[in-house]
Amino acid sequence: MTAAIEVRAVEKRFGNVGIIHDLNLSVAQGERHAIIGPNGAGKSTTFNLISGHIEPTSGEVRLNGQVISGLRPFEINRRGLSRSFQVTNVFARMTVWENVRCAVLWATGHRYAFWKNVDHLPEVRERTARILEDIHLTHRRDVPAGLLTYAEQRELEIGITIASGATVVMLDEPTAGMSHAETERAVSLIRRLTEGRTLVIVEHDMSVVFGLADRISVLVYGHIIASGTPEEIRRDPKVKEAYLGEEAH
Amino acid sequence: MTAATTSASNAAKPAGENLRFYGVWLTGVIMLIVLPLVFSSGGSLTSFSLIGIAIVFALSYNILLGQTGLLSFGHAVHYGLGGFAACHMMNAVVSHGWPIPLPFIPLVGGLGGLVFAMIIGWVMTKRAGTVFAMISLGIGELVASSSLILRSVFGGEAGITTDRTALPRMFGWTFGPQLQVYYLIAFWLVISTVAMYALTRTPLGRISNAVRDNPERVQFIGYDPHVVRYFAYCFAGFFAGIAGGLAAISFEIANSAYLGAIQSGLVLFATFIGGTAYFFGPILGAILVTYLQLGLTDVTSVWQLYFGIIFIGIVMFSPGGIAGLLMMHRPLVRAGSLWSVIPSYLVAIVPTVALACGVILTIETIARYPDGERNPVNLFGVAFNPGSPATWIAAAVLVIGGFFVARLTWMRIADAWDRAATVARDRGHLI
Repeated sequence: MTAAIEVRAVEKRFGNVGIIHDLNLSVAQGERHAIIGPNGAGKSTTFNLISGHIEPTSGEVRLNGQVISGLRPFEINRRGLSRSFQVTNVFARMTVWENVRCAVLWATGHRYAFWKNVDHLPEVRERTARILEDIHLTHRRDVPAGLLTYAEQRELEIGITIASGATVVMLDEPTAGMSHAETERAVSLIRRLTEGRTLVIVEHDMSVVFGLADRISVLVYGHIIASGTPEEIRRDPKVKEAYLGEEAH
Repeated sequence: MTAATTSASNAAKPAGENLRFYGVWLTGVIMLIVLPLVFSSGGSLTSFSLIGIAIVFALSYNILLGQTGLLSFGHAVHYGLGGFAACHMMNAVVSHGWPIPLPFIPLVGGLGGLVFAMIIGWVMTKRAGTVFAMISLGIGELVASSSLILRSVFGGEAGITTDRTALPRMFGWTFGPQLQVYYLIAFWLVISTVAMYALTRTPLGRISNAVRDNPERVQFIGYDPHVVRYFAYCFAGFFAGIAGGLAAISFEIANSAYLGAIQSGLVLFATFIGGTAYFFGPILGAILVTYLQLGLTDVTSVWQLYFGIIFIGIVMFSPGGIAGLLMMHRPLVRAGSLWSVIPSYLVAIVPTVALACGVILTIETIARYPDGERNPVNLFGVAFNPGSPATWIAAAVLVIGGFFVARLTWMRIADAWDRAATVARDRGHLI
């Protein structure tokens, strides 16, 4: 079976500074894959490279076997890859309901339609309602997204990301800044909502990573030094030295 | 304030809300029909006609500014080209004897605005923000200066004149009398307003709001913000062209003043003062600005100065415009705590009006000083001699005294407002 995401020999340089070099990553269909690594290792850059936010200097990225490197973010999104952001990135002046609905519109085929009343699209309404139910924000549906609490905004962020029904979902530190209880809630939410999809997640919280991921890749200085099951990663001497070792002190 | 734009109607509206929604529209239409019967003088008919045109124009501008977050300094280009297209069409209809009656001409204006928007829009909307604003300024200047150079198309300084009564009649209407022109404008006002409101309720309209709020994120839900901005720009150009066509019919002329920077500035001004966050905001703004423009030019030579002061005041103290100010009170009305704010408003009126009088007196004294007694400042029937020190002292007392007393009353408003808002919050009407 073709991998959901296949990153081959990707490099990213900003001028003379190489941020990512010889990045190779393979994520199988339906796998929950975590990318970990110390601060500044290039985790978010990796996300940006895959989702089309920035273009690789060389190398290629494939989504379900199709080359997507060089495509614009919305073209990649239309091919079934959706991502969230580390810093909450919602439509602040629009309501929770409208935030999710906007994310549903393209996937339901309404595109740039200016001849349809958006309130009279049953499948859009049902799908939006279901997602709000899923992310537990139904009771906040008419609140402008900018007025939500931080944890709610993070949940909305996940809701927008999964709303299109993308088969590959990438979450960039979904639990950053959350309390312990909020993190637990978010993790069970992520587990439930990404059922049957491919998940790539960047996360700092090791309990989240080891509890959620089928496979883990360790990124250090823009290069993946190890990739394997949580157990393999735990035992890997290179990982211990470069990353987990620091935590063990 | 961070009110959601036109978010009122969602799925499955309750029947009462539906009734109120259509009630508001119906009231508007009835008012348009009845107005000229109540105020039937030629002057007020002309005013209403101008206001109607200004409303269509301002609403079209808000497709850009309020709905899509595009600040244009050259929107009058589409208004003007719509006007020229309409004039040329009217002349062609007359000279070729085509069977096209006058009521269809605004559509030609709209197409004129649309075609130009389709041509230049793609390049313009590549980027939003400052880049878009600068390009719009450039295009505005370009077209305005072209209109003086390309005499065959734009008629140079004189412009293109036309005769609306020479067109084929419809229902026996000649459109000679101002009343008939008013109803023609009112008809197109209703059509355009309904169409522009409907546009906000479509997938494109909703995504335009998303592009306004966060163009980066829009790309990650499958949309190209450039295409969204382009569509919005074309629609704005179309409706601006309709407004221009109506103006051409009303004045029977199109000239370079239609598409210049002043016209572009006025529409920005009206839209912003009215409030960009609500669909009806620009309507209020267009009414107010047109009235001020017509009224102030009669009383004072420095009317633009007052426009400037009002604009700065709105930008600084009420960025949501008049609509924003009004809608701030909605949660209080619902919670029933509005009554506790009203007294503080009433108390504040007196010193605030005194302050305003002081400012007006100061401005007018400076403006009229050279004329001395021959050109007195007439304020509420009291004549002030701009050359007399007594006037200067009165102005100073009003400004300084008014300001300090008014400030106290404004603080009282803030306190009363806080209490009322707390009540509204407790009752779940305010977040």
